[in-house]
Amino acid sequence: MTTKSRLHVPKAHARPGETPDFSYVQISPAGAVARPEINAPAGDIADLANSMVRVLDEEHRAIGPWHPHLDPGELQIGLRHMLLTRLYDNRMQRMQRQGKISFYMRAYGEEAVSVAQCMALRPTDMLFPAYRNQGLQITRGRPLEALMCQALSNTRDMCKGRQLPVMYHWKEGNLFTQSGNLATQFPQAVGWAMAAAIKGEDRLAASWLGEGSTAEADFHYALLFAAVYQAPVILNITNNQWAISTFQGFAGGEQRSFAARGGGYGLPGIRVDGNDFLATYAVTTWAAERARNGHGPTLVELVTYRGGAHSTSDDPSRYRPKDDYELWPLGDPIERLKQHLIRLGEWSDERHATLEAELEQHVTDSWKRATSYGTLTEGPRLDPDLLFEDVFKEMPEHLKRQQAQLRALRG
Amino acid sequence: MAIMNMLQALNSALDTMMARDSSVVLMGEDVGYFGGVFRVTEGLQRKYGEHRVLDSPIAEGGIVATAIGMAVHGLRPVAEIQFADYIYPAYDQIVSELARLRYRSGGDFFAPVTIRTPCGGGIRGGQTHSQSPEAVFAHVCGLKVVMPSNPYDAKGLLITAIEDEDPVIFLEPKRLYNGPFYGDPEKPAQPWNDHPKGEVPEGYYTVPIGQAEIAREGRAVTIVTYGTMVHVAQAAAHTAGIDAEIIDVRSIVPLDLATLTESVKKTGRCIVVHEATGFGGFGGELVASIQEACFWHLEAPILRVAGWDTPYPHAFEWEYFPGPARIIAALKSVMEAS
Repeated sequence: MTTKSRLHVPKAHARPGETPDFSYVQISPAGAVARPEINAPAGDIADLANSMVRVLDEEHRAIGPWHPHLDPGELQIGLRHMLLTRLYDNRMQRMQRQGKISFYMRAYGEEAVSVAQCMALRPTDMLFPAYRNQGLQITRGRPLEALMCQALSNTRDMCKGRQLPVMYHWKEGNLFTQSGNLATQFPQAVGWAMAAAIKGEDRLAASWLGEGSTAEADFHYALLFAAVYQAPVILNITNNQWAISTFQGFAGGEQRSFAARGGGYGLPGIRVDGNDFLATYAVTTWAAERARNGHGPTLVELVTYRGGAHSTSDDPSRYRPKDDYELWPLGDPIERLKQHLIRLGEWSDERHATLEAELEQHVTDSWKRATSYGTLTEGPRLDPDLLFEDVFKEMPEHLKRQQAQLRALRG
Repeated sequence: MAIMNMLQALNSALDTMMARDSSVVLMGEDVGYFGGVFRVTEGLQRKYGEHRVLDSPIAEGGIVATAIGMAVHGLRPVAEIQFADYIYPAYDQIVSELARLRYRSGGDFFAPVTIRTPCGGGIRGGQTHSQSPEAVFAHVCGLKVVMPSNPYDAKGLLITAIEDEDPVIFLEPKRLYNGPFYGDPEKPAQPWNDHPKGEVPEGYYTVPIGQAEIAREGRAVTIVTYGTMVHVAQAAAHTAGIDAEIIDVRSIVPLDLATLTESVKKTGRCIVVHEATGFGGFGGELVASIQEACFWHLEAPILRVAGWDTPYPHAFEWEYFPGPARIIAALKSVMEAS
């Protein structure tokens, strides 16, 4: 008998022209997964990585041990933040199409990840976002105008014109500066959390990356250092199925869940329905309690779907079926929370429409104010002298010379 | 004052700063219980505790990344990369993150991390324990890069680096740890005892980053160099009987160009010496900058003496090392030109 080695090349569930088949997504019924104590050892709760925590059932009821029992008022706030995130995104996408900004990335379909998780954390916790976490900024109360000024690279841009749109930060809001290099923030968050523990604080750090970025070495460093030093950190994988055109199988998602990566390092991995606002909130609360009470880090996989293009430079119709998101089995996070609130008798289509109109107007007003401080092409402009600042705290001689050279050229 | 070798001077700098500032923490492979493979952190974990001197996993990228996170949260981490040759897994965190946090966040976030790492050859380390990667970091905007050549500067510069609000790559020429090296491996090793820079204050003092030092005054030719080669150049000038002025660059970024050009304008001749490979090396930047400022004062082309453009070979260490013979040849060449 002869044997032969074999090279396996992962295949996407469907490509353009094919019928989406999401049977590869392992989904637990709502309420089916047990909620362990926060001090449960990682080895005893390995199943959390292979099941899926869900609270909202098909009838839009909240059930099971993970039900966070939030006040309807809290749920309405969550709905508002998610809706505002989506309307903001849609406006900015249109503004990019009109040439007002150079680039944009929407969080369409994964709004619950940022909003529910941020609401489950304290304002003093330090967040290390990836590039599709604008919902964190919105939930922490950042005025849209400030985000827009960044995307416009105008005279009020927090980054002083140095970063691509969506690379926000907010020091006072404990939101770290974003990088275009993927996954770098993950081990940095662990270091921040280690420092919090060294200082004896009860603050924690949380960070996000996409499932595609788990392939980077920085993901491995983060899990390793978090486990070794039992850092008070929540490491979140937003599994939105796609890394530009590369589906999650090429990040290793075919063989095991991304949450299961935690077990190899001895830290708990937990898989949650990332489009279920309540489940996402509950899992984050659980992980935060673990961290704050000295039980160390948690790896959270939020199963969701990138409803839109990777960015304004991307065309997903080239690599996935057009109706992929419509057939995504976990639905839409905003619609699901809306229906839950309606079922509770705490919301209605009319109230939703009123809220949408109010937020749309807020976006319009914010855009008007933001553009009054200039755009990339029109109005007031940042001083090009800024180009040389902040490379170092004190400007060294060679940069002073170059600054003078540029000034002379500008006349 | 005490007599210290460079290891003791570096240890003293860390000890001094850990005593003065509770936010200073050390991390790296083998730095804690064991005190580092070169013993630079010896005794510090016992003195300051396991929360301030952390043994790290063998993951340079993770060490630098977590140091960044700690620094963002107000600590002053001093990370040791066990050999400069091992620093490359951390390259993205250093180049894309550490160096640019301040710039990309409009000055709102910064990470005052010091990365100490032993560099250079002459210890039979082969191609993975002998590299001098200063040019790799000099090319990155937002990093300060220093390389001391003696115990006094090592301690003073390390204290300055730890206090600096910007990240510093602190390169330690390991051949100099136990004594100055004059380029002849056949001669017995010499201790720092007889060298004036082996006298080191026990307490706090600083040596500024951004200032070169004239290691030997002279009028005939300027030798611009740093690290181990400062001592090799001195031996070469002495042997050749040439009245060379030797400038120890010390701070690669920011570069003290004024001290360099003042000397070259005086002597009219210059060679640049470093241990790292020549092609694309920092010597090219030195030659270009000096030439731009001193062209009309030059009597001869500026020559470079550097490591050959090969990896650092184990069996041919002394053929590779740019020793006194090559420096003397370059000196003679620029002296004979007219």
